[in-house]
Amino acid sequence: MWQVDEAKLEAIAIGAGILGTGGGGNPYYGKLQVRRLLRQGAQITVIALDALPDDAVVVSVGGMGAPTVSIERIPRGDEWLVALRALEAHTGKRATHLIPGEIGGANALRPMVVSALAGLPLVDGDGMGRAFPELQMESFAIAGIPATPAALADIYHNVVVFPWLRDAKTLERYARAVTVQMGGAAGYAFPMLSGAQTRATAIPHTLSFAAAIGEAVLDARRMHADPIAAVCETTGGHLLFRGKIIDVQRRLVAGFARGWVELEGLDEYRGTHLRIDFQNEYLIARRDQDVVAVVPDLVCIVDALTAEPVTTEVLRYGLRVAVLGIPAPRALRTPEALAVVGPQAFGYPDVVYQPLPGVYGAEHAERLR
Amino acid sequence: MRIGIDVGGTNTDAVALDGRAVLAWAKRPTTPDVTTGILQALQAVLQQLQASPEDIHAVMIGTTHFTNAVVQRQALDRIAVIRLGAPATTAIPPLEDWPDDLRAVVAALVEILPGGHQFDGTEIAPLDPHAVTALVTALQTHGVRSIAISSVFSPAVPDHERTVAQWLRDALPDVAITLSHEIGRIGLLERENAAALNACLVSLAQRTIAGFQQALERLGIRAPLYLSQNDGTLMTAEFAARYPVLTFASGPTNSMRGAAFLSGVHDAIVLDVGGTTTDAGVLVRGFPREASFAVEIGGVRTNFRMPDVLSIGLGGGSIVHLEQLTVGPQSVGYRLVECARIFGGTCVTASDIAVAAGRASFGDPARVRDLDPAIVQRLVGRIDQQFAELVDRMKLKPDPLPVIVVGGGSVLVPDTLPGASTIVRPPHAAVANAIGAAIAQVSGEVDRVFSLEGRTRDAVLAEARQEAIKAAYAAGAARETIEIVEFEEIPLAYLPSNAVRIRVKAVGDLRGAA
Repeated sequence: MWQVDEAKLEAIAIGAGILGTGGGGNPYYGKLQVRRLLRQGAQITVIALDALPDDAVVVSVGGMGAPTVSIERIPRGDEWLVALRALEAHTGKRATHLIPGEIGGANALRPMVVSALAGLPLVDGDGMGRAFPELQMESFAIAGIPATPAALADIYHNVVVFPWLRDAKTLERYARAVTVQMGGAAGYAFPMLSGAQTRATAIPHTLSFAAAIGEAVLDARRMHADPIAAVCETTGGHLLFRGKIIDVQRRLVAGFARGWVELEGLDEYRGTHLRIDFQNEYLIARRDQDVVAVVPDLVCIVDALTAEPVTTEVLRYGLRVAVLGIPAPRALRTPEALAVVGPQAFGYPDVVYQPLPGVYGAEHAERLR
Repeated sequence: MRIGIDVGGTNTDAVALDGRAVLAWAKRPTTPDVTTGILQALQAVLQQLQASPEDIHAVMIGTTHFTNAVVQRQALDRIAVIRLGAPATTAIPPLEDWPDDLRAVVAALVEILPGGHQFDGTEIAPLDPHAVTALVTALQTHGVRSIAISSVFSPAVPDHERTVAQWLRDALPDVAITLSHEIGRIGLLERENAAALNACLVSLAQRTIAGFQQALERLGIRAPLYLSQNDGTLMTAEFAARYPVLTFASGPTNSMRGAAFLSGVHDAIVLDVGGTTTDAGVLVRGFPREASFAVEIGGVRTNFRMPDVLSIGLGGGSIVHLEQLTVGPQSVGYRLVECARIFGGTCVTASDIAVAAGRASFGDPARVRDLDPAIVQRLVGRIDQQFAELVDRMKLKPDPLPVIVVGGGSVLVPDTLPGASTIVRPPHAAVANAIGAAIAQVSGEVDRVFSLEGRTRDAVLAEARQEAIKAAYAAGAARETIEIVEFEEIPLAYLPSNAVRIRVKAVGDLRGAA
């Protein structure tokens, strides 16, 4: 059990940004809100997944919507709590714990807001181990946990509850439509899990992992060491490339920002090119013609000097960056998971998933499973 | 004839330009009141030309004065920041992430009131006149004279900011009001921060720009006065007095624009070699390439577009260690004229090496004749390697690019560099900043969310372009010279309604200023 303090918060925001693999929304805004709550005396307690009692009632909370909306119409601040209360009212069960659905990006921070406001402890884990664009890609859904009942809430405290939908993919479509009506961003609460279900399906230890990544980056910057090497060491990741961005192409396909970015090599990568395809998150990296990393393994672009994550929205020609490949959590590498989060699920029928060597989280691996 | 003036921390430079010809220039020390320095530099230029004040059609000033005021927390107004966005946006109030010392100096009142818009242009909440009435009382109680107003999605729908500004002006005719949509782009906190920084600077700007105008009046110059903005374009003195924050990055921008003008090369890398550092930037079609990350000014996060500048610790005053064979990053700085060997000092600097290697001839070359030629050659190699790496880092493609060299330390740069197709050393490079100010154009910009619902993409893009061209014309551009210089289209992820954020910038020459 541990407490989130300002130093941990700072580190988690950096780690969540890197695990966002280019998407997931900017953790900066969530960080400011949580820091404000901490300064007002709020307590945020994190407990290990293993410590969850069987009969715990765990709810995943977070936000969904367009990142461009969330940097302009920033939240009221309690949308996620209102969604949680609506889900509780519908089910007649009170939540005892909260868990992030997605550790990558902004949704790593929002459960902390609810934890501070509701006084509920957080579970050290999440449903993705990274960021993904769609709800059915959560490990809970992949493991067969029903997505509904689910609740959404907006800035007016309007609430929409979905008592039953046939699967997470359907919820993804319906919730997306409601989110647009809610102004392009909404708070969500779902699924509601028992302690036993959470232990069986969540990716454990990822809040601690995000904090460890951020601490490694901050330590390296402080000691003028290489923060990119520090990220690789902490995550079990590989440096795939160093280069500068020479081209970016974006287009809108069914509500998703799809496109690719082309890099030209610097240093030991001089004379070679790397192209990365993205759909909100980075999906596939090809060095010259060879595929070097494929979703669900994490493809991360970071600033070449500071290791600050570079999201798909800020990609611009001339940026000097490093590209990292981090092995996916084990739960995302099973055949069942690959059917939902592998290259085929993103529209690449011909790309074969070649797992990156190593394991998600290096020395943390034991606890990350 | 146009006059360009650069008011820097150390020197105030003035140049006179007629078309493409540099008629005269002068460099004078910057004075604490700013006005005297400008007066002296201007007088020197007019004397050289034997010109009369009527010959001047326009005066353009670039200055770092307001940036320095924020960094040094000096001469700042106490402000109120009013955000229109409730019930949204209350998660993070205005000024939340400001450095404590700055907030303590400036923040008198911070409020979030009902208002603002959704991405599709509908109101988040109607404005509340009673809340604004209560606000007026609070403003009077606190004696606040400068107010920043932000509103959600105001770059797309500015109505609420304008309405509340009008209500406040009706009740408090003397307050200065900064509207966020006139300054920044999408990104509420960053745009609001920029508006709040601007509000802090309003009194200083009014005094300083009045000082500029007095200097002109004392010389009998009646030509219109403009100030240069971050993006290398101009604003009128009246607008600048209300929006001083828009001058923040004009220094490096003017230097690069001046380099492009002086050399006639519009796609190039610019090396500005000073006493301590070399700043490298990239010119794309005559304009500086912009950095993509959020930029902090005095510890405050903003979303201004700043030129993408990379600096290394190598300049004319860089200290040389003969044993370790290193050059920089420590520097003797402005004390070069007393410390360097060639000027009678004891320190070996990069300038001494340039003279010893025969690359430059100034000071007293006899004083570096004792340096071992082999060591001098190796040190020259070190210097060249640093420049070559800097050039390479800024490049987007492996093809060689022209390199334009400006600044007082430009003799350090060799006549050939790997990766450089040619080294261009324009005349008058010492006053590139003032020239950059003198040649500045005017611009119009659009940055907002467009709906593609029921319309073709081409129709929407055409509408955005037309809006930018109109804005440039309204800013004073001659219609036939207006062109689109920047265009960016960012689809909004997760919104199946097909909304797209479009940013377009149009620029043109100033009407009636030859």
